[in-house]
Amino acid sequence: MTVRSLAALRWSVALSALLGVVVVAAVGVGPVPIAPATTVAILGSLVGVVDPATLAPSERLIIAEIRLPRVLLAGLVGIALATAGAVMQGFFRNPLADPSIIGVSSGAAVGAVAVIVVGVSLPWGLGLQAAAFTAAVATGFTVYLIARRGGRTPVATLLLAGVAIQAFLGAVISFMTLLSGWDMRRVLYWLMGHLGGTGWGDLSAIAVVVPVLVTATYLHAHALNVLTLGEPSAQAVGIAVERTKQRLLVLASVLTAVAVAVTGVIGFVGLIVPHGMRLVVGADHRVLLPTSALAGASFLIIADAIARSAAAELPVGIVTAAVGAPFFLYLLRREGAVEL
Amino acid sequence: MTTLALDGLSVLRGETTALQGVSATASAGEFIGLIGPNGAGKTTLLRTIQGTLAPTAGSVQIDAVPLGARSTRAIAQQVATVPQAPAMEFSFPVRSVVEMGRTPYRRPLRPWRGHRSDAAAVDAALERADLQALAERPIRSLSGGQQQRVIIARALAQQTPIILLDEPTANLDIAYQVDTLNLVGGLVAEGRLAVAAIHDLNLAAQYCDRLWLLDGGRLIADGPPATVLTRETLRAVYGANTVVSQHPVTGATYVTAVADTASDDPLARVHVVGGGGTTAGILHLLDAAGYEVTTGVLHEGDTDTAVARQLGIEPITVDPYTPIGAAAARRARSAVEAADVCIIGDIEVGSGNLPNLQILEAAPAVISTAERPFTERNFAGAPAARVWEGLSDRIIRADPPGLIGAVETVTRDRSL
Repeated sequence: MTVRSLAALRWSVALSALLGVVVVAAVGVGPVPIAPATTVAILGSLVGVVDPATLAPSERLIIAEIRLPRVLLAGLVGIALATAGAVMQGFFRNPLADPSIIGVSSGAAVGAVAVIVVGVSLPWGLGLQAAAFTAAVATGFTVYLIARRGGRTPVATLLLAGVAIQAFLGAVISFMTLLSGWDMRRVLYWLMGHLGGTGWGDLSAIAVVVPVLVTATYLHAHALNVLTLGEPSAQAVGIAVERTKQRLLVLASVLTAVAVAVTGVIGFVGLIVPHGMRLVVGADHRVLLPTSALAGASFLIIADAIARSAAAELPVGIVTAAVGAPFFLYLLRREGAVEL
Repeated sequence: MTTLALDGLSVLRGETTALQGVSATASAGEFIGLIGPNGAGKTTLLRTIQGTLAPTAGSVQIDAVPLGARSTRAIAQQVATVPQAPAMEFSFPVRSVVEMGRTPYRRPLRPWRGHRSDAAAVDAALERADLQALAERPIRSLSGGQQQRVIIARALAQQTPIILLDEPTANLDIAYQVDTLNLVGGLVAEGRLAVAAIHDLNLAAQYCDRLWLLDGGRLIADGPPATVLTRETLRAVYGANTVVSQHPVTGATYVTAVADTASDDPLARVHVVGGGGTTAGILHLLDAAGYEVTTGVLHEGDTDTAVARQLGIEPITVDPYTPIGAAAARRARSAVEAADVCIIGDIEVGSGNLPNLQILEAAPAVISTAERPFTERNFAGAPAARVWEGLSDRIIRADPPGLIGAVETVTRDRSL
């Protein structure tokens, strides 16, 4: 085992432990506070290690049916966004790239807002999520096609095409929001990102898709490392550049789309978490991808716990931005001193 | 033994033809310098050999197998590239960057799997490039020259028979330039084939066995430096006036750009009066520029005498420490008369070499490269002063860099 793979393992174990603590703590937080010991016992009972008869049924119900699915969803979305962000930053060789850089989130928002405003009468929830997901993937694909020229997709063109499409879709969203009338509150709530009202049903798709895609992304960690030294370099050491780029774009975009479709646009997680982890563990994606995923999960669970604890429940997007932006500024100021 | 064959290679980039009908072959143990003006297609050619660009016509063949028939991975086991400006937005430790050179031997989708041979190749490459001490440093904390070495080490770790380098010496200071090219030269000596785009013609001539001269996407010349770097070719391709000589120390073909006072007439005959090493550089310059040069009277054992003989010019000489006799003076005078122009160096004049001044009275034109006024150099008193006085209205002054220009001006005026 090499020094660096050992480092990856050590960080992953430490961050997994942190994630465990965060899950237990977050499940205990809410209008009805539940002590950590009780929380652990209840979680144990859910997996059949502890006899449920010894526990208060109301507390067990709160955790099992309300808080746990919400915390797990936050974790999965955090994993998805942080992984997608790390991929995009490596892919664009730009530490300021984020998961929605090629317009995936804007596309999802257009899909979701259209459903809310037009009021498509599909089974509630699923219709909105499916529309958001479809629009997100279609947007990413459109940006890719716009940037493609003569069998190549220069990342600078891709980035600019993404920015332009985001601006255009932003106009569409604003226009639809104006027309939304009584639905405006719902539209804004969705746009700000939310985890409220999560049930086990919301988890079914994402719980399968995210682990699969994150694993697939991790298998490309070495290729991502090589790509950061430039595409001609990557090709010269035997990476089939265009094919690898396509795969990475699809993986990152679908991860983002899946997350955004369920929770709305949650900003900053995909930008800050990989950026911060890079300062701590270095640029090697074999370490960066798993640690970012774990840190992303913890970050979003904590942010959601804060959002739930406020007097009136806040959209989690407000918390991630409010906590994330100052932290990000701190990192920016610090960057001068650290060899990134 | 690895062979590389370019067969009628053409590359279109957008509307412009980047390469047109380039055909050449090279084999293991050759160090090929790719030269040509900016935009000649050097980088395009290297990228086409690496397979990063697909040719629009023709093919690149390695061991008689066209690149198109190989995967990117298989090509990367045959050809490694040291690009001109690798991206460095993220800082990996040096060792990690060098490890990336093992990519073509990795099973794809196995992030951590490494072979013992990988580690050995990485260690060997680090040692070869003298980077062991820097192995754990982040690459962005290194100097430009060190970063360049890291990228070369990455190419070494690739263990390919063919190595391509795009301007490996650009932006490096002179010690790194020499280090880099010596490193590549060593690889070639071990039987690899290196193709390097090199901007500096003299470095290319010094280190490469063979030069490929590109101009406007065409291969203009292919051969040893001495046959490729000629005054005529360089004028045609670079539009520059140059003198091509042999470097006095390395013996390599040596190109010097001179002021552009082009004349295509056959070159004139020049007689040089020197001594004490005052005209050694001038003799080199004139010989390099292709003039027919005579010199004398010199003393045997003088630096200028040695230089003249080195250049294949037989000087008119007298024995050491003897005054110039009548016979030698007569021979020198006839050389002066036969010359189109005479050049006199920054020599000191005593009674022994006064004839050297007197013979110039027969010269049609005299160029002086003297730095000191004559009074400071005159140890022969009034007679010498009178001769100099007589010459003074015919003497044109020139410093060594402007000498060839002055000679061309004088000879052109005279031929009009």
